[in-house]
Amino acid sequence: MKWARTTAIVFLLAVSSACLLANVIAPASYAYQFREEPNAAPSRHHLLGTDDLGRDRFSRVLYGTRVSLLLAPAAALLSSLLAAFIGGIAGFSGGWVERFVMAGTDLFLSLPWLFLLITVRALLPLNVSPILSVLITFAMLGCLGWAGAARIICADARSLAQSDFILLARASGSNGFRLLWRHLVPNLKPVLYAQFWISVPVFILTEANLGILGLGVAEPMPSWGSLLRELESFSTASGQSWQVVPLILFILVVSSFHLVLTKEELPV
Amino acid sequence: MCGKGWAVAEDINTLSALPKLAAKILITVLLGGFLGATLVRLAPGFGVDEEELDARLSAQSVQALRETHASDANLFVFYFRYLNRLLHGDLGNSRTLQRPVLQLVAERLPETLKSVALGLALGWSAGFLLAVAIVMSRAWFLDLLGSLLVGVLLCLPAAVLALLFVLAQAPARLLLGLVVFPKIFRYSRNLLARSSALPHVLTARAKGLGNMRVLVWHILPTAAPQLLALLGVTVSVAFTAAIPMEALCDLPGIGQLAWKAALGRDVALLVNLTMIVTLVTLVANSASDLMGRTFRTSEA
Repeated sequence: MKWARTTAIVFLLAVSSACLLANVIAPASYAYQFREEPNAAPSRHHLLGTDDLGRDRFSRVLYGTRVSLLLAPAAALLSSLLAAFIGGIAGFSGGWVERFVMAGTDLFLSLPWLFLLITVRALLPLNVSPILSVLITFAMLGCLGWAGAARIICADARSLAQSDFILLARASGSNGFRLLWRHLVPNLKPVLYAQFWISVPVFILTEANLGILGLGVAEPMPSWGSLLRELESFSTASGQSWQVVPLILFILVVSSFHLVLTKEELPV
Repeated sequence: MCGKGWAVAEDINTLSALPKLAAKILITVLLGGFLGATLVRLAPGFGVDEEELDARLSAQSVQALRETHASDANLFVFYFRYLNRLLHGDLGNSRTLQRPVLQLVAERLPETLKSVALGLALGWSAGFLLAVAIVMSRAWFLDLLGSLLVGVLLCLPAAVLALLFVLAQAPARLLLGLVVFPKIFRYSRNLLARSSALPHVLTARAKGLGNMRVLVWHILPTAAPQLLALLGVTVSVAFTAAIPMEALCDLPGIGQLAWKAALGRDVALLVNLTMIVTLVTLVANSASDLMGRTFRTSEA
């Protein structure tokens, strides 16, 4: 499956580059309204037509994908770092510290993820700007999504802490931060890497769920959630098949993230 | 100790573990409620009402609105009052729907439980049977087909599936089955494949045992405890997916209630719903753990 992995990486790089160059490629701003052309069909000026407010759909797809492709990995990085810190300390310390931290992690894991998210999201200030709402949404995903990864990292850190090379390092006088930073963290890198790549599509999917429910990124800022929400007005009878393009791109992007991990790195 | 005596002793152990398990669930739910209340209390928008944005309200009216939330300002007082009411069977009132939370939950929980039960039954039947068929037949095309289907389903958020169901006018209750199906299929397929490669299974096959016998007597008993653990996890997945399903397909369950409460910033209702769903998922997880433990004991 090496070819599938390579294709996925190339595809993700191509989509990311296109999104980063959105300012150059997009024919208009994501918020600009062509008021005389709402719900327009694809044309030379509007490659994917316009939405019901007359905004160029292609530009919105580019900017929306940029939001998700930049901020979902950032949120995944945040949650992986939190998981590394919490799980690493717990596994390395062992004893009551591990029991206490893991009890907290179990507690966090037992809370239903989407219920917790919509609870916190619903209580954010009413007057936040669209950009701030994007940052808050993804920061919230990063801050609440560490628990599962922390358990795995704790188990790995525990087995590493009992391994011979750590014992040797201790015997050579290494302790505390140095032991953690020089010996434990480098050996936790593969599991952290796997957790990072597992979290990215999870966060993209969760943001899409929140966005479709109207609890994600605020308008007029586009995101996958708001783009997919347009499917509400889709009808096979209307013949506007181009409305499905964001959904197809979404499936391709998320499946590419799934393919990036090799079979050995995936959980059972 | 003879086999039967050992099994009886283990049964007693399992029974004696029940009160401990119940206490653990209770403590987790209480702590979970406290954590939820803390998050809610610390959220930057706490105490801010949408009505405050109404331009017709005077400064005094806005101040009066804020004072209605002042009693909840102290987290511990807020939580103590909540627990006190809970002990008297009162979950408080929904601010947006102007009705007791208990009444709302009693009306809507059965609807969600029905959807979750149907979804789990469908998802488990389809996912598990497909996994068994692939592992036993070793048909590569079936494996490829199953993996492709699951790959696409795993890339679709539950909310998109709900929108597609609305567009196709398909029965909404089937949606949860589609959400849990890929998880069950992938996990059981990997687990069964691993179990079928174990030395004792290979020996059984080499001795000429039929497919069905190998599956029932050798593969399933090895995989059963982990499959039972997955059952608990899928309950949580189904409850989570119930929010977009009920919100978008207009089913009057607690998922839709939670969505409405989130849009209306109804703190009391959201915290209660989170605690109720936490309780249900914890009970499901503990029950599946207990079943797995009992199964392992009887196998030993």
